[in-house]
Amino acid sequence: MSDAPDGLRSYTVRLELSDEPGELLRTLEPIANNGGNLLSIFHERGNLTPRGRIPVEVDLEAAPSRFEEIVDALREAGVNVIQAGQERYSEEVTVLLVGHLVETDLSDTLSQLQERNGAVVDLALTAPEGSEDVSSARLRLKTESGAVSSTLDAVRSVAAEKDLHVVEPLAPGGEA
Amino acid sequence: MDLAIMGTGTVGSSVAELAADYGHRVTGMANVASAAIDPTGIDVKAALDRQNIEGEAALGDADPDAVLDADYDALVEVTPVTLGDAQPGFGHVRAALERDRHVVLANKGPMAERFADVRDLERASEGEVRFEATVAGAIPVLSTIEDYSPATIQAARGVLNGTANFILSRMAAEGLGYDHVLAEAQDLGVAETDPAFDVEGTDAALKCVILANVLAECERTYTLDDATVEGIKSVPGSALDLASEDGRTIRLIGEVVDGEVRVGPRLVPEHSELAVTGTTNIVQLDTDNAGRLNLSGRGAGGPETASAILADVERLPN
Repeated sequence: MSDAPDGLRSYTVRLELSDEPGELLRTLEPIANNGGNLLSIFHERGNLTPRGRIPVEVDLEAAPSRFEEIVDALREAGVNVIQAGQERYSEEVTVLLVGHLVETDLSDTLSQLQERNGAVVDLALTAPEGSEDVSSARLRLKTESGAVSSTLDAVRSVAAEKDLHVVEPLAPGGEA
Repeated sequence: MDLAIMGTGTVGSSVAELAADYGHRVTGMANVASAAIDPTGIDVKAALDRQNIEGEAALGDADPDAVLDADYDALVEVTPVTLGDAQPGFGHVRAALERDRHVVLANKGPMAERFADVRDLERASEGEVRFEATVAGAIPVLSTIEDYSPATIQAARGVLNGTANFILSRMAAEGLGYDHVLAEAQDLGVAETDPAFDVEGTDAALKCVILANVLAECERTYTLDDATVEGIKSVPGSALDLASEDGRTIRLIGEVVDGEVRVGPRLVPEHSELAVTGTTNIVQLDTDNAGRLNLSGRGAGGPETASAILADVERLPN
């Protein structure tokens, strides 16, 4: 679970808004008024939902006890909440794995990572010499706020078991 | 100042050649086979010409160890790096300090492997030890840390090995494999015939260990055994391609953060200051009061490293 102070956890809420002035502000008020701390807002202006609305993804931090209140307040305010609380990941980390990825069962590698910490949200694999030779994979993992280093520990231990090399990002604080 | 130079390879020769320009005199110089000693000043050009044409034994008529007992104000230690007990470099440092002489090192061995021993000897001596040239050649990393005060620096990281960086940046730019680029680097003289010291990360790790020792201000000391080190041989071209698709690249980065020393291939944003190309080095310092400092430049080379040594000589008390 999150290491954030005061038992705060990160949540992602997916909403859809009609394209009208003031709509975004109207949406954010119930969050702030109920003790939610906004982390980021991703306003997908270029996309429309099947109902012709604009999808918005809001990352926020809140105490677990307050989160239900926030979602209820949003619904009371007439905001269409598509998804709430199912994603508790707010940080991303990208790593490369190098080695015999295919022969060491890539899907098992991914599910082990998922089990230990973090969700693999994106995978790119390249095996220019064929699947029996050394290949490389780029993994984008989502993780809880403050849990990047334990996610990297999980990556290292899975890699060590399968004799894979990890190209890590810089230590926390070092992202240039 | 009068200088005695232990080691007459690329760096030692450059120090000897440039000393006069900085107002200093070379009174002793030694390689493994022979030494030249003259308390009124050696004819450096003649001695190095003889060494280049006739071999090391022609540098001079004296015994190499006799230089340690000759007349000089500062000993310049530029013999090859050795690990473990860091000999004979450490013995040279001890001999000079026990005679109350100053020591300036480019040799990383004593400062990485026997930092506490060197500091103990220094405390008991009238002489002072400086070692700017051990980390990132011409780049004034250690004097910057000294000026800012080690206690105000939270982290140091950087690209500290030009050979590994040349190989990674060529692989990324040309889509070539490791072996191909290594061969090219050897042809160009960027990589040694035996490149292990550079490509396995040992050289960068020694520099990070020295940085860690300086930042820890003797509250604890580090050696190579305290560092987690991985080289670049396991990085295939395909990994660089995948990184690049994502706006990133791979560099051999050394980091000193929270008392941990790590060296390994790391993903860095393509446009980050750390993504230097070719043989350029960079060191980033995260400071309490001045934000992030980026110091970059030439991390190796004869005159480049000699300039750091001669800058150290300037900083010595008279």
